Amino acid sequence: MSKVLMDGNSAIGEAAIRAGCRCYFGYPITPQNELTEYMALHLSRKKGCSFVQAESEIAAINMVYGASLVGARAMTSSSSPGISLKQEGISYLAACELPAVIVNMQRGGPGLGSIAAAQSDYFQATRGGGHGDYRTIVLGPSSVQELADLTMRAFELADKYKIPVIILGDGVLGQMMEPVEFKKEAPAELPIRDNSLRGARGRPSKIVKTFTSNPSELEEINWSLFRRYSLIKKQETTCETYMVDDARLVVIAFGIAARIAKGAIRTARAEGLKIGLLRPVTLWPFPEEQVKELAKTTGQFLVFEMNMGQMIEDVQLALAGQGEVAFYGRPGGVIPAPSEVARVISRLYYQKGLK
Amino acid sequence: MKLIYSRPKSLKKAVFHYCPGCGHSVAHRLICEVIDEMGLQERILGIPPPGCSVFAYNYFDVDMAESAHGRGAAVATGIKRAYPEIVVFTYQGDGDLAGIGTAETIHAANRGENITTIFINNAVYGMTGGQMAPTTLRGMKTTTTPYGRDHILEGHPIKMSEILALLEGVAYIERVAVNSPSNIRKTKKAIAKAFQMQLEKRGFSMVEILSPCPTNWKMSSVQAWKWVDEEMARVFPLGVYKDVTEKKDAD
Repeated sequence: MSKVLMDGNSAIGEAAIRAGCRCYFGYPITPQNELTEYMALHLSRKKGCSFVQAESEIAAINMVYGASLVGARAMTSSSSPGISLKQEGISYLAACELPAVIVNMQRGGPGLGSIAAAQSDYFQATRGGGHGDYRTIVLGPSSVQELADLTMRAFELADKYKIPVIILGDGVLGQMMEPVEFKKEAPAELPIRDNSLRGARGRPSKIVKTFTSNPSELEEINWSLFRRYSLIKKQETTCETYMVDDARLVVIAFGIAARIAKGAIRTARAEGLKIGLLRPVTLWPFPEEQVKELAKTTGQFLVFEMNMGQMIEDVQLALAGQGEVAFYGRPGGVIPAPSEVARVISRLYYQKGLK
Repeated sequence: MKLIYSRPKSLKKAVFHYCPGCGHSVAHRLICEVIDEMGLQERILGIPPPGCSVFAYNYFDVDMAESAHGRGAAVATGIKRAYPEIVVFTYQGDGDLAGIGTAETIHAANRGENITTIFINNAVYGMTGGQMAPTTLRGMKTTTTPYGRDHILEGHPIKMSEILALLEGVAYIERVAVNSPSNIRKTKKAIAKAFQMQLEKRGFSMVEILSPCPTNWKMSSVQAWKWVDEEMARVFPLGVYKDVTEKKDAD
């Protein structure tokens, strides 16, 4: 298939349908409405598919829970304040080991915040987000093409590990238009997931539950979740590196911030500064080993985020005291230009005597 | 010898954890009888809520999945939309359906979701120890209305059957009780009718069951069962609140 020009939100919708997503439940919130509208257009009248504009974010995520129970690939999407409401359902999905894909096109916060792009939900996304001891896989795309690719990967990962997967985008990614290529056609029909609840026909009845009055039983459930999480860490951690081989300073940034950082790095490179970039693609699991590996050749890091400093904690944990970590961030929905970040890079470069 | 009474096939051989005189066990049994008689055991999915009936899955020998508090109607919506061949019912208490889950309930009903809700109204939060429910009667003492529910401060008992019957997506609503042999028979009939509505794809169906909670009402079982008639049913009158099939006959 050739490339088409699409906004990020619609690209997620198309990719989801091509990944076999048949059920979408959502609630309007800017800046992700194009995705809800795309799904309404393509799923609401199609046989075997379902689209519901829910009465609330809470209802939408619980509809996803219901659809996932019976084995459907299901998705919901929202933006920051709406994602807070969905946390109850995400905790239940995690507890019941049910796959689901949840898109967060982040906007500025806290509170109702702004409708401009931000990265302030990193903590919420990578630490589970709801109550209880659990994790979700968190993917951080940085282009419309990657939104499409990671959406497809999200459904695969969700089914493979029976886990909710968060796509952590932002208002810019959702709204901007870029050429995108969809590498897969929609499957005719997906096999029925083995743990689906579709009635006790030809087998004993089954239950899906989270509540138990026995703490040791719950402890074992938590252990089994975390055994799976370590497997995910081993097998699915991904990141992109850019010009790191000879870099004396490495910028670490994710999502749209990494895109801005790349522009800044090109400017800095043109001035002869040896700068590289590490961009985590999976935000959870965080590419700890890759960051640690870089510390062997680079002593100076600059974490750049569109928030007050959240991923920096994962960088510091990974480095465990090795190397020096500086931070630059703009919260609230302010989007810094590459030239601004380039100035920060070059100032740090000279201050640290790296030239 | 003719067998006239036995354990329903879809009711597990387990001892109920419910208190003596509680209406849950009767309601469970009736649902299981209907499931058997309608041949639904292999194609039904039940959604119990948090609350005393969270353990309903220990008794129903059908597929069951627990819902978050109040979200039963949303979960059932997702199930039915994704897999319309399944018969789905939610089993919800008054705090669940008429308190924390009011929005989910009203909107699922209004969309005319093809789901069945069994609504257990015992005017109190049972599992948490007898706090005021949205359906607690005026003057009734609970642990959070120690002076009796005063409508000026604590509001009025909410009448969900009456409210939901106004919605166009609703096919069938009946309020029944499980406090006497004749009421129990009527309850079973209502449950069967509600499932029938779903099988005929007529829209949302709900059976509200006035159910005694002797423990939290601080009454003996006999007192509690009498109280349902004498006090509760006056505020929550029994009867059919909506039946789209009846309306058709009248036309």
